Amino acid sequence: MRQGQRAWLVFGMTHVRNPAIPEGVGASVPRVEDDRYLRGRGLYVADRRPAGTWDLAFVRSPLAHARVRGIRKPPGAEDRVFTAADLASVLPIVANSALPGFKPSVQHALATDRVRYVGEAIAVCVAPTRAEAEDLAEQVEIDLDELPAVSDMLAGRRPDAPQLHAHWGDNVFLETRVDLGDPAVRDGAAHVIRRTLRTARQHMAPIEGRGLVAAWDTRLGQLVLQTSTQMPHIVRTGLAGCLGLPEEAVRVVAPDVGGGFGYKGILLPEEVVAGFLARHLGHPVRWIEDRRESLTGNANCREHHYDLTAYADATGRLLALDCEATVDAGAYSIYPFSACLEAAQVASILPGPYDFAAFRCTTWSVATNKPPILPYRGVARSGVAYAMETMMDAIADACGIAPDTVRLRNLVPPEAMPFDNITRKHFDSGDYPQALRRAVAAIDLPAIRARQAVETGTLRTGVGLSIFCEQGAHGTSVYASWGIPMVPGWEQAAARITPDGGLELRVGIQSHGQGLETTLAQVAHEILGIPVARMRVVHGDTALTPYSTGTWGSRCMVVAGGAVASACTELSRRIAHIGAHLLQVDPADVVVGGGEVRGPLGSVAISEVARTWYLRPQDLPDDVDPGGLELTAGYKAQRDSGTFSYAAHACTVSVDTESGAVRILDYAVCEDGGVLVNPMIVDGQIIGGVAQGIGTALYEEMAFDAAGQPSAATLADYALPGATEVPVLRIDHMETPSPYTRFGQKGLGEGGAIGPPAAIANAVNDALRPLGARVDRLPITAHRVVAAIMAANLAAPR
Amino acid sequence: MKPVVFGWSSPSGMAAAILALADPDARAMAGGQSLGPMLNLRATRPATVVPLVGLAELHGVEETADAITLGAATTHAEIADGRTPDLALPGPTLARIASGIAYRAIRNRGTLGGSLCHADPAADWLTTLTALSATVLTTRRALPIDQFVTGPYRTALDAGEIVRAVRIPRPPAGARFGYHKLCCKPGQFAHAMVAVLITGGMRIAIGAIGGPPIVLSHPDDATAALDFLDPVDRQLQMVAMRRALAQASEMGAGA
Repeated sequence: MRQGQRAWLVFGMTHVRNPAIPEGVGASVPRVEDDRYLRGRGLYVADRRPAGTWDLAFVRSPLAHARVRGIRKPPGAEDRVFTAADLASVLPIVANSALPGFKPSVQHALATDRVRYVGEAIAVCVAPTRAEAEDLAEQVEIDLDELPAVSDMLAGRRPDAPQLHAHWGDNVFLETRVDLGDPAVRDGAAHVIRRTLRTARQHMAPIEGRGLVAAWDTRLGQLVLQTSTQMPHIVRTGLAGCLGLPEEAVRVVAPDVGGGFGYKGILLPEEVVAGFLARHLGHPVRWIEDRRESLTGNANCREHHYDLTAYADATGRLLALDCEATVDAGAYSIYPFSACLEAAQVASILPGPYDFAAFRCTTWSVATNKPPILPYRGVARSGVAYAMETMMDAIADACGIAPDTVRLRNLVPPEAMPFDNITRKHFDSGDYPQALRRAVAAIDLPAIRARQAVETGTLRTGVGLSIFCEQGAHGTSVYASWGIPMVPGWEQAAARITPDGGLELRVGIQSHGQGLETTLAQVAHEILGIPVARMRVVHGDTALTPYSTGTWGSRCMVVAGGAVASACTELSRRIAHIGAHLLQVDPADVVVGGGEVRGPLGSVAISEVARTWYLRPQDLPDDVDPGGLELTAGYKAQRDSGTFSYAAHACTVSVDTESGAVRILDYAVCEDGGVLVNPMIVDGQIIGGVAQGIGTALYEEMAFDAAGQPSAATLADYALPGATEVPVLRIDHMETPSPYTRFGQKGLGEGGAIGPPAAIANAVNDALRPLGARVDRLPITAHRVVAAIMAANLAAPR
Repeated sequence: MKPVVFGWSSPSGMAAAILALADPDARAMAGGQSLGPMLNLRATRPATVVPLVGLAELHGVEETADAITLGAATTHAEIADGRTPDLALPGPTLARIASGIAYRAIRNRGTLGGSLCHADPAADWLTTLTALSATVLTTRRALPIDQFVTGPYRTALDAGEIVRAVRIPRPPAGARFGYHKLCCKPGQFAHAMVAVLITGGMRIAIGAIGGPPIVLSHPDDATAALDFLDPVDRQLQMVAMRRALAQASEMGAGA
């Protein structure tokens, strides 16, 4: 295939898959879900409208912080407008954490006496159509008494700041401190380097927003909530709690979900309200979030502030790192992730792939009058990598060494693996220096340096690196210490051979774009050899699937993949037993593969074994397993501290020093995600992630004014990267197996989004270095580049 | 994001359209690329919407020795695709402007007249046609473009008055045109834009400044004229101006 015919280039694949298992682990099987997606045959929540459905429109707070003095329903429409007073039996959403000192918030599904961010729901209106419901919503009179707002996280920490939650005494959900290693190493530093960095609040912007249809099934006495979620079972648990229903009286169904990224990893106030109304009104209700609602009320991720001090010796060896990090956590602690996940990640992951002797980190999760923070793809790590990699370049600068050299001097070496780092993160495997060297080689650093040496004009070239690790699929041992409402344990999969030899797999995770209907089938194919076309992966329905905490944390391929493998392995044993009987040989002499049971003299198809079990039981062996060809199996990694994928990103940019425009000229990724189950899907994950990371680096920002008003109500004002902003990526793979997972696979869904802010910011600052300018804030807009250059010119000696 | 209830009054001809729009609560819709979202956002609430693109009188082009006249309902895409007469200052000038407007889907429906009537300060046509000294031809009068737009999103149109066409004078031989805008990404609204026409003298239009473009006859006047902007925005406009001027010079040199 000629270069340019493909949207991306992949080189360096090392995994050799077994040609006898054509659709197994390691095969780039085309995604089975693409047929319906690409033909427009997917079915999303908004495609559903059961007979008798009425639409909901929410009356939302126009103010960031206010006392609710009164709500007046439009005369004549009192029975179609509902406020907190009408939902008296509904319990608020409370997401606690076991971390010492954590202060939980109380979030009512509809505001009671206070509103704490623009967009918070105050009342809900019900009408036959959404337009009529919006008409009604306009007529609801809300009497608000505006209070001073906390629109900035640093201001929110000041003693005189207005308080969001009256009984707290301050605005801090949680303060954490760690002081690790030998503090005295700082005394030996030849260089002490300080930086202050800031990242912007973003909106995750999946193509499909949130949405739901809620109906009360009178036959079953059950609430059926169809909702666009990443975690149907967790939504059920949370929803049942708020509505005071036993869990068996709630069924949550997620149909096709058009992107999540963390935006749909939450129990929504809207879900609670709709669940109540469906039962109360006796007919289905529906709410489809529109783009204005999602932009104005749900810019809910990524906003960090860092004060960093690095201590390095004269050779560029990092001795110690001190960090004070503030996370803008928004108004409430969300269910199930709470308000402290982001800061917990900062404190534990900041050291990245580096080995150094001492680390101090203080974090504050600050409540502000903004939407509650949610973990977005990469969860804090895009900011953390930006912080750490900025310091690496700063050390290189101070020591007069190259940016790749400084990293190579500090990375954990492959011979140290597995490695416990300073925050006791357990790196399972990998060769970090090799990944860096391969990414640097891909962009040809010497050629860029030669070009830079002769540049004098308006356009300046810069090169930037970032290397990071991506902890994924971390389980009980990690989450138990955080003590949030949800701690993942054993993941389960149910498997059933159909009477004609097909395979149904039921999993509690949710595929919302990752291709899990394909990759989990590949795992089953690896073990049973049944063609992927004869498999169905059932997910997204609490009535049909085993309990699961859902899809988040890059966990599915490790934990759901492991569970499917466990289930299929046990199925294989039972199939072998029946097959051996049919072949009249000893079970020890048969193998299952390629869709059949093979004995020394002949074989029998799995479909024949299935027919025997279901329809001709008279032919079964006497000692057959009465569980038959259907079972549920559980899985937990041998060690559940997480897999550590890692990647090095290297990019070249051109900065227009007059207009401030930044153009990405070249972008290379060398990624190690362990054994890749489907390399094509992995490339897709990397490409999509990098696109989002480019948004974080250069475009996306939801600013709030001093009154807490968001700056963008449409996508005309909130810039997302598009086709013209995402370059052709060059992706290189390493495949170092994880020693702890079923196939050596690692979680890798988020890495693409982690690396770009660091790499691009370093590249821009490399280009600006000859001008004495530097941008220390994301996104790097034209305005910020120009302002930095103007400031440097003013500061320059004349 | 659903509009309030509004009437839809599809006119049978110009006279009916003029009558329908005589109602101050009626609103004309051409391509609907700005009005559509504004209706959905409930930012505008007309009692009646009067669609105009079906009117034959608003289509068509006229070429004379001294001007090109384009019907108000001409789409950006028609201009971008070279399906309408163009100036050569040098090279297809209007086509180049049109092809940089928003995205193709918007260019397919958005119209020249609709864009001018919407009077968005950051719109491409408003700034470029100001530099080109275009005249807006309405059902009642001919208005120079800098008298047509009176403020952000405001025009001199009276109730019942419809823009029929836009007349763009042919600049004298040897005239050179330059246009540069700065956007955070292609298709997005510009944060700085300058169009310049160099004839015997110079006509510089600086747009995307929150109101009608500023017109200057010499680049040296720009610093004072842009004094109200913050230093960074001022510099960005100056960069756009320098680049528009450089482009006009290069184009002249290459012709």
